[in-house]
Amino acid sequence: MDTKRELLSLLSTDARESTEDIARQLAVETETIEQLLDELESEGTVRGYQAVVDWDNVDDQRVSAFVELNVELDRETGYEQIADRIARFSEVESLRLVSGDYDFAIEVTGDSMQDVSRFISNQIAPIPEITQTVTHFIMQTYKEAGIDFGDRDDDDRLSVSP
Amino acid sequence: MTLQPNDRVAGVPESGIRKFFQLAEERDDVISLGVGEPDFSTPWAARSAAIHSLEAGRTSYTSNRGMAELRELISGYTKRWGHEYDPDTEILVTTGASEAVDLALRTFISAGDTVAIHEPNYISYRPGIQFAGGEPLAVPTSADKDFVLTPEALAAAGADEADLLVLCYPNNPTGAVMSAAEISAVADFCVDNDISVIADEIYAALTYDGEHTSIATMPGMRERTVVINGFSKAYAMTGLRLGYALGPAQAVESLNRVHQYTMLSAPTTAQYAAIEALRSCGDAVTEMATEYNRRRRFVLSRFEEMGLDCFTARGAFYAFPECGGDDEAFAEELLKQQGVAVVPGSVFGAGGEGHLRVSYATSMRELKTAMNRIETFHRSQK
Repeated sequence: MDTKRELLSLLSTDARESTEDIARQLAVETETIEQLLDELESEGTVRGYQAVVDWDNVDDQRVSAFVELNVELDRETGYEQIADRIARFSEVESLRLVSGDYDFAIEVTGDSMQDVSRFISNQIAPIPEITQTVTHFIMQTYKEAGIDFGDRDDDDRLSVSP
Repeated sequence: MTLQPNDRVAGVPESGIRKFFQLAEERDDVISLGVGEPDFSTPWAARSAAIHSLEAGRTSYTSNRGMAELRELISGYTKRWGHEYDPDTEILVTTGASEAVDLALRTFISAGDTVAIHEPNYISYRPGIQFAGGEPLAVPTSADKDFVLTPEALAAAGADEADLLVLCYPNNPTGAVMSAAEISAVADFCVDNDISVIADEIYAALTYDGEHTSIATMPGMRERTVVINGFSKAYAMTGLRLGYALGPAQAVESLNRVHQYTMLSAPTTAQYAAIEALRSCGDAVTEMATEYNRRRRFVLSRFEEMGLDCFTARGAFYAFPECGGDDEAFAEELLKQQGVAVVPGSVFGAGGEGHLRVSYATSMRELKTAMNRIETFHRSQK
């Protein structure tokens, strides 16, 4: 793996490492890491750095839903055009075109179920090309972004062993 | 008559690691860099296969040599290191690599045989040789040669007279590896002096900056070498206790003769886990090795920054820095003052004194804190 690829893989595990610690782990100079980070950001490979939050531990109410969208295309309107309209809403956390029974899978968040429902019915459903929406409210998150919220594997090793 | 251990057993002292285990257990704020096993859990697919096998009631003995399917997979898996062993006659599945080492020592050592071991080295070989009635011959290796075993060191220790050599690279405790050229030189020495080899290659999959070379693949070595490997380190399966020995048919037949009367067969549940591990957990092994490699470079770079000399360890998950003085006192004070457990190098035999075995089989987060604490401690010593 070249350093740039390895840097990506390291950031995907923990984006909060200091540049110095990343440099130590990849056995290169700190400046090299800074330069590579600049490159990754400017070429659009790294799009952001975010925390993986277990919102159940936060007092504020926060509701998320997966929404399936079916669309009907015509000569003037393709997936790109529809995606462009949907992606601009700040309520939409993720937007993907998928294979299978429906076209788009989106994730929407809001302060309450009512809030999310209102957003879907007032903003998403009325988009002319959208023929159907199916909303799945998320009841519990067990794992996200590769991080298991269950703390399933405790370290029970002996403290010193041969 | 009361139960008294025989002279062989009585002659083997308690492991020096024991003391540090007890010290570390006394407090609960310790970050341990003294652990000789992976911090990762066994890949879930392997665990899941073990669970399914239990649910299906697969809890009988297997054939002495291990399940045929597993031996087949091991035969295929070990080709990556240039091995060609027949699953029917040249592979024996054992209860951990530890059993394979013990079997090999008991099978190939005749009373009074001289068995050369490079040191510092894993703590079980010397007692194992003694239990088997052999005479251990220490061949010291040193930091200035990156803890590599050389023909010169073998000759200097009088190992040309040895009957057997126990070779362990990538090495516990040093993390040293040997290049193809270095292995070849040792192989020539063994052929020239008619020495058989027990090659413990349990850390082979954890070789960084290069490929592992097995001494069994060198000219004239296959017929005189038993290769030992297992699932503990690469697949993070230590507690499942599963290893294997590879060797020429006659040697494996002999090993199996001891194995069938002592162990009968390796744990069945673990064999099911191992089958799935070999089938589908290759990516998990690569991921773990990548992570170890990052930690290795981090630890080496931190030692350099704090001024502790450390040769570039390229295998296993250990670094072996010099602590500049009495390693046991250093380790004990480090534990008492900073709550970081490491193992003093002298525990591992000649050449280990003045060094520390630092295991990086610990999360990056803990490693960072531990290295800061070692730095603080090291500064206070000056």
